[in-house]
Amino acid sequence: MSMVSSKEVLAAPTLVRPAAGSVLALLFYLFALVAPLATHEPVPTAASVGLLIAGLCAFGCTLVTGPLCAGLGSGGWVVASLALLPASIASAGLGLGAGALWLALIGAAIQGWTAMGAISRLKLEGRTLTGRLLRLAIPAMFGLGLLVAWQVLVIGFAVPQILLPSPGQIFAALVSHASILLADFQQTVLKSVIAGYIMGCGAGFVLALLADRFDFLRRGLLPLGNLVSAIPIVGIAPIMVMWFGFGWQSKAAVVVIMTVFPMLVSSLAGFAAVDRMHADLMTSYGARGSQSFLKLVLPGAMPHIFNALKLNSTLALIGAIVAEFFGTPIVGMGFRISTEVARMNVDVVWATIVVAALTGSAFYGLLAIAERLITFWHPSHRGGH
Amino acid sequence: MSLVYQGADQPVTALQDINLTIERGAFVSFIGPSGCGKTTLMRAVADLEHPTSGSLLVNGVTPEAARLDRAYGYVFQAPALYPWRRIEANVRLPLEVMGFDKAEHAERAKRYLKLVGLEGFERKFPWQLSGGMQQRASIARALCFEPELLLMDEPFGALDEITRDRLNEELLRLWRTTRKTVIFVTHSIAEAAFLSSKIVVMSARPGRIVKIIDNDAPPERTLDWRESPQFLDVAHQLREALNEGHAHDI
Repeated sequence: MSMVSSKEVLAAPTLVRPAAGSVLALLFYLFALVAPLATHEPVPTAASVGLLIAGLCAFGCTLVTGPLCAGLGSGGWVVASLALLPASIASAGLGLGAGALWLALIGAAIQGWTAMGAISRLKLEGRTLTGRLLRLAIPAMFGLGLLVAWQVLVIGFAVPQILLPSPGQIFAALVSHASILLADFQQTVLKSVIAGYIMGCGAGFVLALLADRFDFLRRGLLPLGNLVSAIPIVGIAPIMVMWFGFGWQSKAAVVVIMTVFPMLVSSLAGFAAVDRMHADLMTSYGARGSQSFLKLVLPGAMPHIFNALKLNSTLALIGAIVAEFFGTPIVGMGFRISTEVARMNVDVVWATIVVAALTGSAFYGLLAIAERLITFWHPSHRGGH
Repeated sequence: MSLVYQGADQPVTALQDINLTIERGAFVSFIGPSGCGKTTLMRAVADLEHPTSGSLLVNGVTPEAARLDRAYGYVFQAPALYPWRRIEANVRLPLEVMGFDKAEHAERAKRYLKLVGLEGFERKFPWQLSGGMQQRASIARALCFEPELLLMDEPFGALDEITRDRLNEELLRLWRTTRKTVIFVTHSIAEAAFLSSKIVVMSARPGRIVKIIDNDAPPERTLDWRESPQFLDVAHQLREALNEGHAHDI
């Protein structure tokens, strides 16, 4: 009951809010267009035209509601964001003196806020293509907005590159250093991370099988697991480099150490999570141990196993990159970060960070998709049915 | 036979001096208050618990031999269907485990799902069906490998009364057509009196048999039979026996 009534209460102001936001955005745009008359800022004509269009969209948004308003708002916001880029270059380094630029940025922020609010209030059909696209629209707009603000602020205040390069500079570094970054990716991800991840998760699973069978192993290994997970990686990495050399093998070893115990603990918890009636059923059929494991225990443990796989995907990337700080051939993402920082090439460091972040997200995302496909039956995934 | 658990502080006698023979083809209900050991007795028949003294024979052999011989199908209080398997695959599970000929799987699953009235739901997942339908699927799963004995532990206990009545009628029809021996555990006097050819009344702490009541109900009965004097008489006897068992308890 309280859910329904609170929704009804919230429903009333939704008609007002987009209009208020749009009016506010429109005002900021108008001030931004008028301000250069007083401050004599060099605002490019294209930027002025863009702000004018964005302002018209904001004005239109006050007249309509629903999808039309969401469309006009986000369209105007995109135009305003594009207009901000040349405007920021024209006012580069003016700092707070670039009044028009900051007024326009605030206007765009309000318009983007309003548009995202309008989109989130649209009633989306879950499984249609438009529904999926609109669900992606908000994170895309949010990310794009952050990038634009970052770019405009760094240029406008002339932030030294060594402190924070602009997204444009990072992108330029990504393009100009593409072949180096690709080689780093191959060394760190395709060799160290993948090999270590497969070995670590595999070993953790096999150990869990054994520990499930022999209780003394379980009792002996679990405290050891707690101990190992408390070891700082910066302590173990140089030792692994001494043991296994400068190549990818030592990084894979660090990854193995980081991933094996999470998988062991999760798998054991998964094996133990078997429903008693489900197990009695197998007993009543006179099932062999292997049958019971393959048809009941393993499928039932999958949600736990996927938790470990996802956790380990991020651990593996961190482990391999940090381990490269302690000795590596002249390639690898960790090596790149440590050397380019020393050479003040911060844009390359940021480019490497971008590659690492994208890799980690893609790795995690693929696992999440696999999880949804395999453990579709779990209550946390079957909501849509 | 007797069965004693090692409880947390002291041994708990779950079953004491149980002496009972069940004829082939009978529908025997066990009724009694919670904790009277009726489920424990059935689990002992199923070789899921082990008597601490005395002997128990299932189809003339030990419970373990009977279990390994796939002598019984067990229907639990909950449907206990595997959520990652479709309804049809759930029914096929015992056939896969017991190594039935692959060619037979689909045919048997279809036949028994039809028998419990679940035609057209083969491709659904358990969590897409109602509780009553899930329990029917679990009955089909217990029947599909054609065990001689059907053990049912309060199978309809979690269902609403309307569904329970309908499933009672269907279970009676199933029993008539398949002539299986059924052991049925229940809390409900009406259910026991309506379904059974023999009713065993038990009392709690320690679990023991208070009375055995024979029920000569007409084989072709419907729910209407519950209005008959014969039904009321059986129900009355049951209530008296339960009260008597309870009196000892207090």
